[in-house]
Amino acid sequence: MIEFTIWDILRNLLLATRWTIVLSLVSFIGGGLVGLALLFSRLSRRKWMRALAKYYIELFQGTPLLMQLFIAFFGLGLFGIDVPAWLAAGLALILWSAAFLGEIWRGCVEAIAKGQWEASASLGMGRLQQMRYVILPQAMRIAVPPTVGFSVQVIKGTALTSIIGFVELSKAGTVVTNATFQPFTVYGLVALIYFALCWPLSKSSQILERKLNVAHRNH
Amino acid sequence: MSLIEITDVRKSFGSNEVLKGINLDVEPGEVIAIIGKSGSGKSTLLRCINGLETISDGSIAVAGAQLLDDEAHLKALRLKVGMIFQQFNLFPHLTVGGNVMLSQLVVRKTPKPEAEAMARKMLERVGLDHKFHAYPDELSGGQQQRVAIARALAMQPIALLCDEITSALDPELVAEVLAVVRELAAEGMTLLMVTHEMKFARDVCSRVVFMHQGRVHEIGPPDEVFANPQTPELKQFLGVH
Ligand SMILES: Nc1ncnc2c1ncn2[C@@H]1O[C@H](COP(=O)(O)OP(=O)(O)OP(=O)(O)O)[C@@H](O)[C@H]1O
Ligand SMILES: [Mg+2]
Repeated sequence: MIEFTIWDILRNLLLATRWTIVLSLVSFIGGGLVGLALLFSRLSRRKWMRALAKYYIELFQGTPLLMQLFIAFFGLGLFGIDVPAWLAAGLALILWSAAFLGEIWRGCVEAIAKGQWEASASLGMGRLQQMRYVILPQAMRIAVPPTVGFSVQVIKGTALTSIIGFVELSKAGTVVTNATFQPFTVYGLVALIYFALCWPLSKSSQILERKLNVAHRNH
Repeated sequence: MSLIEITDVRKSFGSNEVLKGINLDVEPGEVIAIIGKSGSGKSTLLRCINGLETISDGSIAVAGAQLLDDEAHLKALRLKVGMIFQQFNLFPHLTVGGNVMLSQLVVRKTPKPEAEAMARKMLERVGLDHKFHAYPDELSGGQQQRVAIARALAMQPIALLCDEITSALDPELVAEVLAVVRELAAEGMTLLMVTHEMKFARDVCSRVVFMHQGRVHEIGPPDEVFANPQTPELKQFLGVH
């Protein structure tokens, strides 16, 4: 039997961590872009656009991420579309993140005083100008802590993609365990690596929140 | 032709009719005080003139152009009519200068140097050009309100709507804001102001509108309205018996 040192294990896990990070970044950035589109349609003057965004958000927030992954992976296969695991994983996570980010940001936009909309409207600005120059710059400040906080959920969410066969940190943990028969060591290390990724983010989210509360000055 | 023509304007919120047929013509250079009890529809009337509320019936025309509820018409209207609010509503993330320049830059697409020159001129008019680089939360309420006035003036409106612009201020700060308004009136700016400052209304305004339950209940020059109120409602409001 081959002996695996802890360094062998760690090296393999860290190599797979790259994919966790890539998938998290793709999901977060892609989700951010789609989330921005959702935010704008939630705030649109057109009723059907508001309704569309609302149902989208309710659908994706109201079903488990795991089911969304399964549907992206197996569901599209039914239509004869062969979906590789990485694509299904990326797609599902982007759509899922978008629903949450869109909703978080809507809350931030709605926290801006109504008077800001009215003053900018009375100066002749159109809706997009109001958003771009008056509302979003203020909403972005309060959006930073919850947005950074949500990125932790995205990283943890990527672990689920191991189930459809995408090889990231969790999947690598299973593979390495099967080869080494040291589940406790391996999953302990896996957990530590997740912690090393997530903890700085949660912590900075907390610090940012406190900073923004203390420094109530808006500039 | 009057500058602002308000004809049979009605406004309901759900089943609650707040404006019940308002008729009012405002001539260029007039200064009109709108007085009345809380809930009589004073703010709603001003907000309708600026298109912040859509009217349920009737018509409003400013300088001959009808107020219609689409973005192009609203924008055209708002370039003619500025509005000042009780709560100042300055943009907290921008400096004083930034506040006054913003809509010149993005709405009128004025080049930056010209927008800045205009901003400095308007801030000078309200006595605050030295605060160009300050942020709103570094100013007193009275100063913030004067910046709000400068911000509206920078768009070169032909009329200003003022909704209780001194009501949120500490008493000692009211005078500095009223002084600015007084000067605007003297320069011939058309003003419609909801106010509780009766002395100011008496001194400065050409006409006083008393609103009661969504109607113009009495209207006339301040001397008449204040000295010789006709209806029991106005008498009660003014506290004369
Ligand atoms: N957005 C709204 N939705 C529903 N009702 C409203 C709305 N805005 C105003 N109202 C109602 O319209 C009526 C008139 O309100 P308005 O603000 O015009 O009164 P006002 O004369 O300005 O009073 P105040 O002196 O207190 O400012 C009130 O009964 C108020 O409850
Ligand atoms: Mg009012």
